Amino acid sequence: MNMQTAITMTAAETALVDAYTAAIGDLPGEGAVLPARDALLADLRTQGLPTRRLESWHYTDLRALLRSVPALEPTAFAERVDPLVPGSAVLAVLNGKADAKGLPATVNVRTYAESLIDGVAAADLIARDAEDAIGRINGSLVRDGFEIEVPEGTVLEQPLELQLVQSAGQNHSRFPVTFGASTKATVIERHLSVSDAASLVTVVSDLILDDNADITWIILQQQGASDSHLAQVNFDLGTNAKLRLFVINAGGKLVRQEIHGVTTGEGADFKLRGINLLGGETHTDITFTLGHDVPNTTSTEVIRNVLFDRAKGVFQGQIRVAPDAQKTDAKMACNTLLLSDDADFSAKPELEIFADDVQCGHGATVIDINPTHLYYLRARGIPENKARAMLVNAFVDEIVEELEDEGLIETLETIISVWLEKHA
Amino acid sequence: MLEIKNLHARIAEDGTEIIRGLNLTVKAGEVAAIMGPNGSGKSTLSYILSGREDYEVTEGDILYNGESILELDPSERAAKGIFLAFQYPVEIPGVATMQFLKVALNEQRKYRGEDELSTPDFIRRVKEASAKLQINPDMLKRPLNVGFSGGEKKRAEILQMALLEPKLCVLDETDSGLDIDALKIVSDGVNALRSPDRAVIVITHYQRLLEYIVPDSVHVLYKGQIIKSGDKSLALDLEANGYADIIDAAA
Repeated sequence: MNMQTAITMTAAETALVDAYTAAIGDLPGEGAVLPARDALLADLRTQGLPTRRLESWHYTDLRALLRSVPALEPTAFAERVDPLVPGSAVLAVLNGKADAKGLPATVNVRTYAESLIDGVAAADLIARDAEDAIGRINGSLVRDGFEIEVPEGTVLEQPLELQLVQSAGQNHSRFPVTFGASTKATVIERHLSVSDAASLVTVVSDLILDDNADITWIILQQQGASDSHLAQVNFDLGTNAKLRLFVINAGGKLVRQEIHGVTTGEGADFKLRGINLLGGETHTDITFTLGHDVPNTTSTEVIRNVLFDRAKGVFQGQIRVAPDAQKTDAKMACNTLLLSDDADFSAKPELEIFADDVQCGHGATVIDINPTHLYYLRARGIPENKARAMLVNAFVDEIVEELEDEGLIETLETIISVWLEKHA
Repeated sequence: MLEIKNLHARIAEDGTEIIRGLNLTVKAGEVAAIMGPNGSGKSTLSYILSGREDYEVTEGDILYNGESILELDPSERAAKGIFLAFQYPVEIPGVATMQFLKVALNEQRKYRGEDELSTPDFIRRVKEASAKLQINPDMLKRPLNVGFSGGEKKRAEILQMALLEPKLCVLDETDSGLDIDALKIVSDGVNALRSPDRAVIVITHYQRLLEYIVPDSVHVLYKGQIIKSGDKSLALDLEANGYADIIDAAA
């Protein structure tokens, strides 16, 4: 007899299925979109949330860690805030609903709800692979977001800010973004929480960079201390395209930021710079995979972590070099400043190299404050506490300073030092 | 101003005794030179004066303006006016030089109950002092000491000294790694700070620096003790004849 045994659902799994049942009549999109949503939810229902038995979730047992999921709060209210950098064009998603007011004229943009309604979005609503829990949750429940196309040759002088403000409930958004050939832009993907109520936020951004595009994408995650944040950025780099991806995690209780990329054009260059500021009881995971699929592409990844209290952090970094991707140059580093005996950080680098003429390296360090640096600052009259704070700031500011934009650097450094003052 | 009495000190980690009964008095307004062969304890003495916790004082005392400083931590000593110009200034990536200078100045002022400097006032002071030391303003935009040449690092130390206006300046081999031009600039910087209410201790291997910063007294340090003191002619004598005669005489 062949009988499929249904798993016993956890409270969070039940809540997700219930949310789907409650929302499906109201979620945008029918036609091909509906069966795509159903299929993703069916997989979630039969397989459950991923556990540590799955390789890519080994350090973040989502089934155990996601204890509860808030119900949908369709009437919760959230307002826009001022952009991080004055003068930025803002695309706001307020409690999961795109605010179609004031859309910038420099790019082609429409809400993702429109894309769901006319069915174009159906093609996006598939899981990356059997372990793609974020794709499944987001794809089944996605309500809105923005579909953006930056036309060929466009140079955006001011940043474009994707502003996601949450006050309660669940918010599932998507951002398919195409950067045409020879475009240049800075995009700030900003996640804010404006209440103490727990939110579940999922977001999937699919970036395509055409030839010679030169893009800086900054993810600034400042969710509340009881929020869960499950995010995924997928990218594809064309010939000579450059993507600099900055990730700053400075909030959230349970955070998983996935980054999955491929270089499909020669000369493509990818840089990942990550800062994890982890305090309280947070569990924050950055999981990164990059396929160097063609010859002559480069990447560097630098992750800096500062941990206080009982925080837990994870970095998984996988670099794959395809058999004919000769002259690949990839370097990955993960440096952790552990400032509490109860905090812990797990780093897992993985290199899968199938070409012979490549440069690939990785390194991970766990350090404390350098005593000689501390002594030098104190010898100039700076009290120990203040000197320590300066050195912790310095450890992460080094990453921020690579941005080369004075205003942006100053803004981010202020956010970091305010966070550190609050947690140190 | 400074009275070191029968000082004994060792390396905290392994207990090796470096300073073995050192006595030294330096008066306000005085420039005292400390010379001695390698390994005699010169740098250790400078670290102990600054309060570095890698060393333990086991006996004796250090009085600064009549009060023992042994219980004070490095930042308190600095705020009270003790300044050590390092032989090897430390590179600190990520800490901007200007921010460091401002925090150091204002933390010292706060400790002494003085008002913080306004930003324009601070910038004016830095500009004036760095111009005198021929410091390129671009250098101050870099992280602290990072990528500075040996000479730039030493000039940056003297710049800090000029801005912090300490009462007791300890220069640990400030001449090492300097060419003649830089040596002259640095010495002029030190000489400009000479005043009746300030004392300077110059630690050096060579007489050369003492041609530019002319000392009032010269002390020979050997195996953790001052074995001979004299005036500036003692330095010339050492230059001509080496340490051997003095060490033999003291033995």
